Order: sequence, then structure tokens, then C-alpha cells
Amino acid sequence: MRTAVAARADRSGLLLTIVALLLVAATFVPLGYIVSTLLSNGIHDTAQLIFRPRVGELLRNTVDLVVLTVPVCLVLGIGLAWIVERTDVPGTGWWGPIFVAPLAVPAFVNSYGWVSAVPSLHGLWAGVLIATVSYFPLVYLPAAATLRRLDPAVEESARALGSGPLTVFVRIVLPQLRLAILGGGLLIALHLLAEYGAFAMVRFDTFTTAIFEQYQSSFAGAAGNALAGVLVALCLVLLAGEAAARGNARYARIGSGVPRAATRVRLGFNKIPVFLLLAAALAGTLGVPLWCIVRWLRIGGSKVWDMADIGQSLGQTIGLAAVAAVITTVCAFPVAWVAVRSTSRFARIIEGANYITSSLPGIVIALALVTVSIRWLPALYQTAATVLAAYTLMFLPRALVGVRAGLAQVPVGLEEMSQALGKSGPVTFFRITLRLTAPAAASAAAMVFVAVATELTATLLLAPNGTRTLAMRFWSLSGELDYAAAAPYALIMIIASVPVTYLLFTQSRKAAGV
Amino acid sequence: MAAFGWKVVTGAIAAITLLAATGCSSSSKDDNNILIYNAQHEDLTKEWTDAFTKETGIKVTVRQGGDTDLGNQIIAEGKNSPADVFLTENSPAMALVENAGLFSDVDKDTLALVPEQFRPSTGKWVGIAARSTVFVYNTGKLPADQLPHSLLDLQQPQWKGRWSAGASGADFQAIVAALLAQKGEDVTKAWLKGMKDNAIISQNNTAVMKGANTGQFDGGVIYHYYWFRDQALTKENSNNTKLLFFKNQDPGAFVSTSGGGVLKSSSKQENAQKFLAFIASQKGQEVLRDGDSMEYPVAANVAANPALPPLASLDAPKIDPSKLDAKKVTQLMTEAGLL
Repeated sequence: MRTAVAARADRSGLLLTIVALLLVAATFVPLGYIVSTLLSNGIHDTAQLIFRPRVGELLRNTVDLVVLTVPVCLVLGIGLAWIVERTDVPGTGWWGPIFVAPLAVPAFVNSYGWVSAVPSLHGLWAGVLIATVSYFPLVYLPAAATLRRLDPAVEESARALGSGPLTVFVRIVLPQLRLAILGGGLLIALHLLAEYGAFAMVRFDTFTTAIFEQYQSSFAGAAGNALAGVLVALCLVLLAGEAAARGNARYARIGSGVPRAATRVRLGFNKIPVFLLLAAALAGTLGVPLWCIVRWLRIGGSKVWDMADIGQSLGQTIGLAAVAAVITTVCAFPVAWVAVRSTSRFARIIEGANYITSSLPGIVIALALVTVSIRWLPALYQTAATVLAAYTLMFLPRALVGVRAGLAQVPVGLEEMSQALGKSGPVTFFRITLRLTAPAAASAAAMVFVAVATELTATLLLAPNGTRTLAMRFWSLSGELDYAAAAPYALIMIIASVPVTYLLFTQSRKAAGV
Repeated sequence: MAAFGWKVVTGAIAAITLLAATGCSSSSKDDNNILIYNAQHEDLTKEWTDAFTKETGIKVTVRQGGDTDLGNQIIAEGKNSPADVFLTENSPAMALVENAGLFSDVDKDTLALVPEQFRPSTGKWVGIAARSTVFVYNTGKLPADQLPHSLLDLQQPQWKGRWSAGASGADFQAIVAALLAQKGEDVTKAWLKGMKDNAIISQNNTAVMKGANTGQFDGGVIYHYYWFRDQALTKENSNNTKLLFFKNQDPGAFVSTSGGGVLKSSSKQENAQKFLAFIASQKGQEVLRDGDSMEYPVAANVAANPALPPLASLDAPKIDPSKLDAKKVTQLMTEAGLL
């Protein structure tokens, strides 16, 4: 009896492992495609396309951008998190969600806001500014969660031993934030490599904008693929750097008991300047884009609300995003299952592979899928299937994070019990596993939904004929400098993202409570 | 709250998926439909397709893109291309598709509507509109006596950091193609090298005009109608600027022909030809005169919008539109480090 159940569990485990393996293999199609075209173009030609001054320029631009933006985001994100979580600045309850909210504004909408406020904005510093206001919450969110969870006893001991507040921050608090710093920093750096619209609007050339320009000029030509190859290499360098810096240090609290909430630093006379600082950060991040959208909506009046156009775009966007959310979340299950339930080296490889895929910019995936489908799968070319495949490849990692966390909390004993009682694998899955992971899966799906609803590059390259998503319409109108007509699309994209941003915020609070 | 939250999210996603699925299935293939790969301005083509559908009942689906990427895409698709009609802003992409042997002959009656200089001698596609190259400049920063005399002047060191162009766009690449056809490879290479040193690269023509207007640079190379459209509307992006028409058959006086063609692979030849005939007809060309596109009509003896200088007065260089080489231009611009 026991062995029969175990064998059945093993069988379904094997099946899931194979499915997971296939999915992970599929995520390597774009990478494999880029590498193979570079090789098949001949080493000589490829080298000529890579070792040229333009690539040097793009490399310098991209490196400058990362080197400047990531530290600024870290200082801003951690600084704001510390003020909000650890001082008695007025309105502490309100500030928490406010600095997560910029995540609801797509980077290219931020760019639009800033460019219409300061029309001369362009180049590296414009890129740094827009990237900072768009991406600093990716540090703020984990930093605030960690600060909330930190055991104040350690800091108090350090104080008692005579360390000043600054020393305590640098020697005790900052090291504890290391994971937030590295994880957030990596995420921001990868976003910087992948971003297209925001930088195109402020005339700042990166590999991604240059690949797009090559695509516009020659449709999946050799030069575009060469640039994509360099971009992939950059992503891998970042991943390796982060992995090396993370090390094996231990961050968990040792010993029994629950940490108390930290006592907040009394700001005294500094209350007002610190409050103003937060207000300025709010104005710069959320204020500018929202103010610009409202201003354009007022200038445009009722005639920019072309309801037929907006309705059609909204319908198509919701349709694509919903289907992609469901497919991606379903695909995340087998991969998450292997990652959670198996401790083998294979599971580690699957996790690592997932990181590599998540680091590939959408433009690389799209470029590969365009060519692969046109050459080998003409029936799928330019169909919803191809663009959905791209979304799945791009956003599987996001879904995975959620689904994996959900699966990890399902007691294996319940599943075993169900199987011991004679229920089949699928029945057990639907009755026990799925039920218990449903909340996590729903938030994973919601995350993918928003990512797709605001996605631009892959959609531009792959969308089926007649598709005009909100992001495409916004991009085309703002490209023609018809900022007023673009405003409704920007507003709708932000509104669509708000619920998930709220979800992210509550999740980070919950994680901190564990 | 948490439990309620996820139920709502799951429910909403399920409902939306269902809606999306039913929405997709209702838009099944209609045999009377044609698909246009459109690199012309979206709003101009919309005016055309709306009028065409109203007159003929033939529905039109549009895939929007740039000249060169759509042209290269059609070539990559070959005989499997789903497109029936290809419309561009400029002729190099038309020549690209023509040289790949992918166009049907355009109906003789349609060709007869368009003067010779606005169509290739082969009759594989037809001109549908025209646009003139101009230099838009900030009147505060650039006095009339300092204006360039030729497009070629812009490669000189004194123009460093002072002018702009939308290098990645098909519009600008058509101008380079005309330069290449008129003056040859050596002159073009030298000019592109000068451009790499001197020019500030913008996203597109609109951005060039806006930059000149706010004084970020002195001027830039664009097509005429961006300026006339802005003047006709709010003047917001052009009120500090004027246009210089180079004339004298200068490479900078190039008039670019927008083209339309029917793909050989299309299974709806008749409807596709009907569409080309419609936009070359009087009614179709009047859209250019009366609408807000500000491009020049080329066919059916329709006069231009009265705000524009007459096409004949622009003294453009004579260049066979089918001789413009998009591939070579991309290659030269990549070599020059502009792409």
C-alpha cells in the first residue's frame, strides 16, 4: 500500500519534472537563437559587427547608466525606507504605500511626464533621472520590509557598547540590508538594460534602443542580432556579479522569541525638513507624471477621449494580458513544484536557468521569436500564440516567485494523506494543492497581467495584425508629440497597475511579519 | 480581507479570460477583408480606409510599422505573407520589395492617374503622396545669412552640435538614399561621417522640429508637412521656427514619393487593386488636399493644400524612385556608426 502510493507520487513527480524540464528548455530558445545566428554569420562578420565604435559608445552609455543609477536608487530607496520605518516623521502610516506607488507608473509614462514638464531633457542624466524615479521602489520595498523585521536588540546592544547612531547604521543595519541591496540593485540594473521607451523618449541610446533602431531599419538583420548578443553578455555579467557578491552569509535571527518593533528615532526639530524631503521625493516620483497627465487631459478636453479607439485598445490589452496571465501562471506550477519539492542539483539548475531567462530583455526574446516563427513555424507567425509565448518567456519568473512561495506553504503531509486515502494525483492536486496555493497563484497572475498590459517592445514586434494595445497607442501618439491624445492611455495604464502595486505592498508587509 | 482579495482577483481574471476568448472567436476571418501593411501615417491611412470601406463595403485591417522594417518583413515572409497591400511613406522600401519580385502589376487605369515622376517605370507600384525635404530652423538662433546653402554643408565642422535628424527613421533614410542615388557612394559616406560628428540624433521628425523650436539645436532635416501640420493646429512645436527649402536641385530639395503596391502573394488581388485605385483617384487624393496630413497629392490632377508652396516650385532633383536603395543606406549608416 505504502509503496504503491509512493510509486504513484514518484510517477507524477517524474511527469512534472519532465514538463518543467521542457519549459525550462523552451526558455532557452531565444538565447540559443541569438548565439546560433552569431555563430552561423561567421566569426569574422560577427566580430566586425561587434567590435565597432558604435558598440563602444552604446557600451559606455549603458555602463554609465547602470553605474550612476543603481547607487542613486540604493541611497534613495534605503534612505526613504529608513525614514519611513524608523523615525517619527509625521504621517508614517501614509508614507509606506506612497513610495511603492511609483511602480504603477510605467517607465515610459514617467519619461513622457518629465519630457512634457522639461522639454529639453535628454541624454545620460535624463536617463538616470527617469530610471531613478521609476525603479527606486524596487529597493525601497525590500529595504522597508527588512527594516521592519530587524531585531532592534542588536542595535541596542551596539548602542550600549558606545557606538553612535551613524556607526550603528553602517555596521549593524546596512549589512542586514545586504540582500535587499543586492537583489534590488540587480533587478534595477536588469531593468535598465531592457528599457526601451523611456530612454528613446529622452534621446539616450542604450543597447536596447539601438537594437530597436536596427530592427526598424533592417527587420531582424545581422547587426541587430550582434547587438543583442552583447546585451545578453552584459546581463550574464550582472548575474554573475550579484551571485558572487551575495556570498553565504546568514541573515536569519538566531534564538527563540519574537523581535520587538524598533523604537523610532525622535527627529525633534528635524521633523519639518525631513517631512519636506519626503514630500519632495513624492513630488518628483509620482507628482510629475500625474500632474502632466492631468494637465494634458485638461488641455485635450473631451475630444481626446475617443471612446471607440480607447475601448478597442483596452479590450485587446485586457484580452492579451488575461490570457497571458493564466498561461504563465499555469506554466509556473511544474517549475515551482520541482524547485520546492526537490532538493536535487537538478532543482538548483532549474532555479538558476530561470534567473538567466528573467534577465533577457524582451527585445531579445521578441527578435528571436520573430525570426524563429517566420522561418520554422510560419503557421504561428504573427498570431496571438507567438506574442503570448513571448509574454510567457518574459514573465514566467515573476509568476514563479509567487507560485513557489505558495507551494512552499502547502504541507506535504496533506497531499500524502489524500493519496493514501486513494485519491489520484490530479484529484489531490485540485482538491488540496491548488486550493492552498490559489491566493499565491492569483497574485502571480495579477503580476503578469500588469506586466503584459504595460509591455511595449515585444508587443510592437510580435503583435497579431490589427492589434493596438494601450501601450502601442500611447507610444505612437506620444511619438508624434500628441501628448494630449496620449494622456488617456497613460492614465488607464496607471489605473490598471494600481491594484497589483497595492498587492505588492501588502505582500511585503506580510513577508516582514513572518 | 486576504481571502476576499484573491477570490476577487481569480474571479475577475476568469471572467476577463472568458470575455477575451469570446471576443477573439467573433472576429473570424472575413473573406472580404484586406490586410494593409501600413508605414504611412496611421491617421492618413485611417482617413483613406474609412472612406474606402464606406464606398465599397470592403473591410480593412492595418498592421502599423515603419517603411523599412515592414518592407524587410514582407521579404522575410516571402510568398507566405499575409499582407495584401503595402503602403509606405517613402520609396526605398517599395524598391526593396519590388526588387525581391513580390509585387503584382498595378492596374493600368490606376497608373494612368499618376504622373511618371511619381511612379517606377516598371509599374510594380504607384505613388500615392509626396513630401519635400526641408531644413527647419530656429529663427532666434540662426539668422538668415547663416543658413546652409546645401544639405551637404551640414557635414562642415562649423555645424558641430547644431543640427538634428531622426536617423533611425525611414524618412531620413530616404533622404540619404536620394543623396546616394544623386551623388554616389563616396560623397554619401563622407556626408554621413560628418553627420556622425555634427548631428544630434532625435527619435523622429516631430522630435527634431520640437528640439529646433525650443532651441536645443539650431535646426534639423525633416519633411515639410510636420511643420505645416503644427502651424495649422496649435503652433506649439513650431512657432519659433521657419522652413528652408534648399531648391536648386540640391540633395536637400529631394521630394520623396510615398508608394502603394499589391503583393503577388495576396489571394485578394481584386480588392487590393480596388484599394490602390481608390487612393489614387480624385476622391482619395482630395483627402490629401482637404485633410490635415499636409502631404502633397500626386495623382488625378488634385491641387495641394493652399497652405503649401506648389510642388513644381520646389525645384527638386530628378531621381527615379525605384532606384533608391534602402539596404545600402542601412549598411552605410551602420558603418558610419549612426545605427
